[in-house]
Amino acid sequence: MTTITLPEGAPEEVVTHALVRDVDLAAFGASGVLALITLDNGHDHTRPNTFGPQSLMALDAAITEAISRKPAAIAITGKPFIFAAGADLSALSFLNDRAQAVAIGKLGHDVFRRFDECGIPTFAFINGLALGGGLEVGLHCKYRTLSATAFTGLPEVFLGLVPGWGGATILPQLIGPEKAVQVIIANALNNNTMMKAKDALALGVVDSVFEPADFLEKSISFAARVLSGKKIIERKDFSSDPAWDSALAQGRAIALKKFGGAEIASPTKALELMSASRTYSRGAGFDAEDQTLADLTMSDPLRASLYAFNLIQKKRKKVEGAPKAALARKVSKVGVVGAGLMASQLALLLVRNLKCPVVMTDIDQERADKGVAWVKNELNKLVEKKRMSAESAGRLALLVSGSSDQNVFAGCDFIIEAIFEELSLKQDLFKKLEKIVSPECILATNTSSLSVEKMGEGLVNPERVVGFHFFNPVAIMPLLEIARTSKTDDATTATAVNIGKELKKTMIICKDAPGFVVNRLLTRFMGEITDAVDEGTSPEVADNAMRSIGFPMSPFELLGLVGPGVGLHVAKTLHENLGPRYRISPTMEAMVKEGIKTFYIKSEDGTVSPNPAALALVHKGDSPSTAEQVRSRALNALAEEARMMLDEGVVATAAEIDLCMLMGAGWPMHLGGILPFLDREGISESICGSRFHPAGVASLPQP
Amino acid sequence: MSTHSRDLLTSVVLVDAVRTPFGKAGSLYAGTRADDLMVRAMRGLLERNPQLPLDHIDDVAIAAATQTGDQGMNLGRSASLLAGLPNTVPGYSVDRWCAGAMTSVTTLAASIAMGANEIAIAGGVEHMGNHPIGDGLDPNPRFLAERIVEQDALAMGATAERLHDRFPHLTKERSDAFALASQMKTAQAYKDGKIQRDLIPTAARSAELGWGIATVDEPPRPTTTLEGLATLKTPFRAAGRVTAGNSSGLNDGATAALLASEEKAIALGLPVKARLVTFAFAGVEPEVMGYGPVPATIKALAKAGLSIEDIGAFEVNEAFAIQVLAFLDHFGIADDDPRVNPFGGAIAVGHPLASSGIRLMLNLARTFEEKPDVRYGITTMCIGLGMGGTVIWENPHFGKKA
Repeated sequence: MTTITLPEGAPEEVVTHALVRDVDLAAFGASGVLALITLDNGHDHTRPNTFGPQSLMALDAAITEAISRKPAAIAITGKPFIFAAGADLSALSFLNDRAQAVAIGKLGHDVFRRFDECGIPTFAFINGLALGGGLEVGLHCKYRTLSATAFTGLPEVFLGLVPGWGGATILPQLIGPEKAVQVIIANALNNNTMMKAKDALALGVVDSVFEPADFLEKSISFAARVLSGKKIIERKDFSSDPAWDSALAQGRAIALKKFGGAEIASPTKALELMSASRTYSRGAGFDAEDQTLADLTMSDPLRASLYAFNLIQKKRKKVEGAPKAALARKVSKVGVVGAGLMASQLALLLVRNLKCPVVMTDIDQERADKGVAWVKNELNKLVEKKRMSAESAGRLALLVSGSSDQNVFAGCDFIIEAIFEELSLKQDLFKKLEKIVSPECILATNTSSLSVEKMGEGLVNPERVVGFHFFNPVAIMPLLEIARTSKTDDATTATAVNIGKELKKTMIICKDAPGFVVNRLLTRFMGEITDAVDEGTSPEVADNAMRSIGFPMSPFELLGLVGPGVGLHVAKTLHENLGPRYRISPTMEAMVKEGIKTFYIKSEDGTVSPNPAALALVHKGDSPSTAEQVRSRALNALAEEARMMLDEGVVATAAEIDLCMLMGAGWPMHLGGILPFLDREGISESICGSRFHPAGVASLPQP
Repeated sequence: MSTHSRDLLTSVVLVDAVRTPFGKAGSLYAGTRADDLMVRAMRGLLERNPQLPLDHIDDVAIAAATQTGDQGMNLGRSASLLAGLPNTVPGYSVDRWCAGAMTSVTTLAASIAMGANEIAIAGGVEHMGNHPIGDGLDPNPRFLAERIVEQDALAMGATAERLHDRFPHLTKERSDAFALASQMKTAQAYKDGKIQRDLIPTAARSAELGWGIATVDEPPRPTTTLEGLATLKTPFRAAGRVTAGNSSGLNDGATAALLASEEKAIALGLPVKARLVTFAFAGVEPEVMGYGPVPATIKALAKAGLSIEDIGAFEVNEAFAIQVLAFLDHFGIADDDPRVNPFGGAIAVGHPLASSGIRLMLNLARTFEEKPDVRYGITTMCIGLGMGGTVIWENPHFGKKA
């Protein structure tokens, strides 16, 4: 085994040490000793064990040491709460040589496979979090136990990789193709779902689950029973399992659905490796994994993915441009103006997370009551789903009230409006509220495109006005855009950020500019598609022009979700405020007028077909575009708009735009949000004259 | 031979008792919390008695001499929750210094005897590495200013020297010989597998060494010799007699016992290892706290209507060899009487203060099993600030064929 030296600039590896100690099995009813390897990087659980080159060498030395003690068994376990969180990803972004990428893959295999090939029974005592390579080292062992509260999973495909330290080859043969597809593809692509212990046991990923209080003692006892033949673990041969073809097809279908019909490398390659495990020897499978890992590692999409992953992790904790948290004011009563669906969703989110009185108003008591009833019903649903105790729901339900009289807002520290999207209405509202509440009460708006600045005009205290823009559905979409006007003060912004944190949202702070970030880019993008249709391109060609990129849904699928009414309204506002590059589509206008909501009809059996009623409304121009032209103009428009936003200072950094598209639009990690993709396609340079990110940040380093 | 004269309202039995291996303070368990040790002992106890439905446990009493940090938060309750007992099972904490676990047993036994409880867990823990003896104590200045006690009363080693002063015929040589015998008996008991059977293997992590499993006591020194003992320093006074070799050490460990009314134990199919006859605690001058077992035993025997001749097995805590010798001397028992501490004692295996009382009981229960000709046994120990505690037990196997 050769030492791998990481390229310059790569962060110094936090080495996971591997410590070996003997356990006398006599106390457990077996004979001999068990050599117990502990993985411990010397930090607490907030810095999990990971495997970089030095860590792998340390584990290799520990295995050698363990074998030299001639033990009855070898076992591996972790530090408190953590087994191992997988490969040390921090170095991957710095690799500039394919041979080095192959070498890292091979080093992992060479070390891990010793657990399978050393001729001594081996056990993984998975005492805590085990992800990716962390679980894979366990898969190389002959037997596995898992702590009842530990989470495990193979998130590689989520990150744009494959479980390439043995996972793709071993897991299908251990638990069968269907379950392996569940773990490697379905879980990874379902927001990186981790397995609970009972799931891992049911799937056969582990052989036994023990409570954490005496997990290690119970695991050693399990090992002793296995060694003495008192416990037999049956393994099945899945090589010719009849479910192979359907399982692989299912995996492909899941990946296609996730990426809007695009074939994306990581799931495709993972499925190929899993399929190969039917006929390959383990060694051949590992070799193939090495090659695949290296191919992916040396690809721009993976670098963009890692960039996106790090961005999301980092910005979840620290909001770019946020004033000092100490400036935030205490919020102990909040108001929601409006009691419609959006307002009710906001009320629910606020009461669940702030756990303080939430008052809602609407134009009459009946509407206000309806909003409150909706919130209470949602709370009840949570109780039914066992996601909230009846006591908690009862407590929260008592905190929500509704009225037609806006005087109930007296004493509020924060009020958010979600009334009809019309500036004059909102201006009147804020003026009225100002007479009811204290000068420090924040007046927030959930507007998606109106000027927040103008809403504050004429107020005595316009510095307390702020944009607080959520995405639908409010409870699920993680992004919150906080829009500052030229008058919004730091205390207001700090308080808004604090509330956003309590609501567990990822936030960006942007300038009050029409459409903020997400809607502005999406509307510009969508406008190019509807323009193409209006010009005579068939909706099918226009809508499918970008399938291969991997957006989660096509433009018209998105339109169906948002509704043409909202889309058209935003487009009109942006048209008025940003200029004619935001066009008003006659087709959209016709759809809104006729009440046609979508280009697609979903039949009862789930199949989707074009909606003839919508097609009939298409404004038929005479200059159709090809798919390639549609794709090009839409992506060009994104680049142009993003550059303008940065130049205008809507947000300070390109990374914030990417974060918005990742968290607010659900755009995929392999695009890095969007700007890394535009960079690597050469669009940024051709349209804006320069890249958004320097080469190497979210892409391969320049050779 | 006589038979004890008074029966409890309800017969109380020791169902089972276990302990973690004991460690040297700050060594084996340096990276392990005291409450985790206690939890491990409790789970080991419950695992050995799977026929016990957990929700039948009426109460839990856990002792520790220093009740702060990882020994604070009412261990009776907190260790129960950490051990996975149903939250319907209550718990409380007990402190009588070295006799903590013994007091957990006697207090719960009393509650069972009067019918308030039917089944209960008693336990004790001391992590003297995390909680050095005397740590955080703030003795009232009146103790010394008003001569309520002498300075010696506050240092256990000094009280042991005071016993040597009081009984000059109990020489350092006799103490050393007793200490050596304790080491030898422990070594033999280990060889015969008589200690290990009640030890619960316990995970112990060290940041430097990783996870390990404690399966045996760390303190015993089977290579001890009289010559070696003779050379040890006497840290408590110049030209003293008390050494690290003829005293128990500073240790970490936990013990747990299951107590029940005899009726309940039989109903649940639980074993009966010993039957409680009676118990007594008594006070002496704090300066000679090691003498406490004498009046405590006199009192307990009187209540039971028994005499010392009726006792066929003794488990005397070996806080100091001199303190055991003083006890034996009083009752006219030879230093090397085979009925006394047949598996060795605290001088060899260690004395994690509040946990030791139950260690005595689990040893006595084993003696009862091995010797059905013995009808009565006692567990007795000295207690800081001048006390002793004695529990008299009846052998449920008495009269059965060995």
